[in-house]
Amino acid sequence: MELLVASGVGLLTAAGVYLMLRLRTFPVILGLSLLAYAVNLFLFASGRLVVNQPPVLLNEGPYTDPLPQALALTAIVIAFGMTALVVIMALASFVRAGTDEVDMETETPVAHEAANDTPTGDAT
Amino acid sequence: MSHWIIVPIILPALIAPLLVLSARYDIVLQRVISLASVVFLLGVTVALTWTAAGGTVEVYEMGNWPAPFGIVMVLDRLSAMMVLMTSVLGLVVLLYVIGTGWDRRGRHFHALFLFQLMGLYGAMLTGDLFNLFVFFEVLLIASYGLMVHGGGKLRLQAGVQYVIYNLAGSTLFLFALATLYGVTGTLNMADMAVKAPALAEGDAALLRTAAAMLLIVFAVKGALVPIHFWLPNTYTHAPAPVAALFAIMTKVGAYAVIRVYTLVFGPGLAVTNTMPADWILPAALVTLIIGMAGVLAGGSLSRMASFAAIGSMGTLFIAISAFTPEATLAALYYMVHSTFAGATLFLIVDLVQRRRGSCALDLRAPMAQSGLIAAMFFAAAIATAGMPPLSGFLGKLLVLDALRSEPGAALIWTVILATSLIAVLGFARAGSMLFWKPHSVAGDGTPPAPQLNALPLVATGAMLALLLALTVLAGPLTGYMEATSAQLYDTSTYIEAVLGTDGVEGTQ
Repeated sequence: MELLVASGVGLLTAAGVYLMLRLRTFPVILGLSLLAYAVNLFLFASGRLVVNQPPVLLNEGPYTDPLPQALALTAIVIAFGMTALVVIMALASFVRAGTDEVDMETETPVAHEAANDTPTGDAT
Repeated sequence: MSHWIIVPIILPALIAPLLVLSARYDIVLQRVISLASVVFLLGVTVALTWTAAGGTVEVYEMGNWPAPFGIVMVLDRLSAMMVLMTSVLGLVVLLYVIGTGWDRRGRHFHALFLFQLMGLYGAMLTGDLFNLFVFFEVLLIASYGLMVHGGGKLRLQAGVQYVIYNLAGSTLFLFALATLYGVTGTLNMADMAVKAPALAEGDAALLRTAAAMLLIVFAVKGALVPIHFWLPNTYTHAPAPVAALFAIMTKVGAYAVIRVYTLVFGPGLAVTNTMPADWILPAALVTLIIGMAGVLAGGSLSRMASFAAIGSMGTLFIAISAFTPEATLAALYYMVHSTFAGATLFLIVDLVQRRRGSCALDLRAPMAQSGLIAAMFFAAAIATAGMPPLSGFLGKLLVLDALRSEPGAALIWTVILATSLIAVLGFARAGSMLFWKPHSVAGDGTPPAPQLNALPLVATGAMLALLLALTVLAGPLTGYMEATSAQLYDTSTYIEAVLGTDGVEGTQ
């Protein structure tokens, strides 16, 4: 089981890092999700792998460490919210810029200052 | 157990949703409520600093669960100083935003602003590593909203980069935390400080890996080379007052490094030994060089200010990397100085941009109120570059003095002094381009000053007054910071306060 979990985490991380290094937002977001899954699994395993034990103290019997479960829960919630946010922002950026490339093509300060100064009431 | 420690976290958490729910359409009401809360928070943090200055470490146990089983908030001299700095900066930036009407350009500015403050306060007060992660996320989520406030194509593109970069950083943070928990079985910093030296031989490599990963995460936040790439685009394209507030976000990275690498992986810990110092110092030197070179090369004032922020992080991390009480004292002073100096610079960027329509460094007709703004710009430039008489000079002097006996001192001195010269050149060039040469251009007269009240100028002036106060009151301030760094290296007070005396004995 250890080998299975470890290779699962490793594979997810590798795939996630590969996708994150792409230049378009869609693969990058997928890569971030995969990394989030990998880290959740890893967090879950950080309290040692135990099968068939409750994460609460029931009388005497053996139990598994409850803390990693709470940590994984928090991490899942945060990762989920963040993925939603980055999808929305990537969409907005795609609609505005007409491209879903992650890197910015030009860095002309003059043009962007002009863009900054038009008060637009949308976004966020 | 004083309940005031939790107020800076609870109050914004209550007020911000209230603003969204009940004052959504009334900008005046929003301004009144958020200004009142920020003033109140300033009062609370002043009182907290007053308490902490006595030298006791106050601990707040959430839900009355004793550490290390529950989450604790810890108020020591360092965290008190950081929260006070956040409050002061927050108030000035808020005044500026209200004066210029930046908060009208998108929805929910004030709510996001309060959430940002909540994340900052939380990250500085918490005594638990996972809690630190959660508060990092809170402040980042708010900063994503603030970063794209006002919209626009380039701002959104830069925002997406910023979010993705930080999400990758958060993932690494979680990996580090899981490894630490797997090895030590705790996430409470004080408890970890007790358990780390007592670990089995075989766990040393794991602990070292986790410490290194944690360092990378904090370096991302602190914009340390080679992972500083998120900063220039983010700060350049963010609304300028927001960039001024962000001046403290990089300092949170520095704060986390100081906290974790003095308390948990302290200089005396055999497992990590000099690893943090060995990694930080070269990176910090390169950061400083790149930052100040960017000041010279930046094509617009906002880009210059962004690179100045990177450069100041370089100097700060050089001081931190020595991990001696004297160097940490210098780092603390430089941290306060560079936060205010960086923020001032960004406020001036916005003042210039409003009058010229752009802050690109090109030749145009003189702008309105150019005399006053020029004076402010040069004061901020003097402070940032580290020339006398302002606090930047004292800060750099303290850093140089503290590092005199360190190995490689000659190199460090050369880099700091040479980069200061480069910064002076960069700022002088920008200043003459913006304020002096325009008078020789035959333009169509001075454009009228934008319609606004004096509040933005007053807010910027207040930041400069703070820099001046930092210089004048350097004596008492360094006294406080000296006690702070002494407290940091005497970890037993902190550990005893969090775990209790019997807690320490029980785990040993």
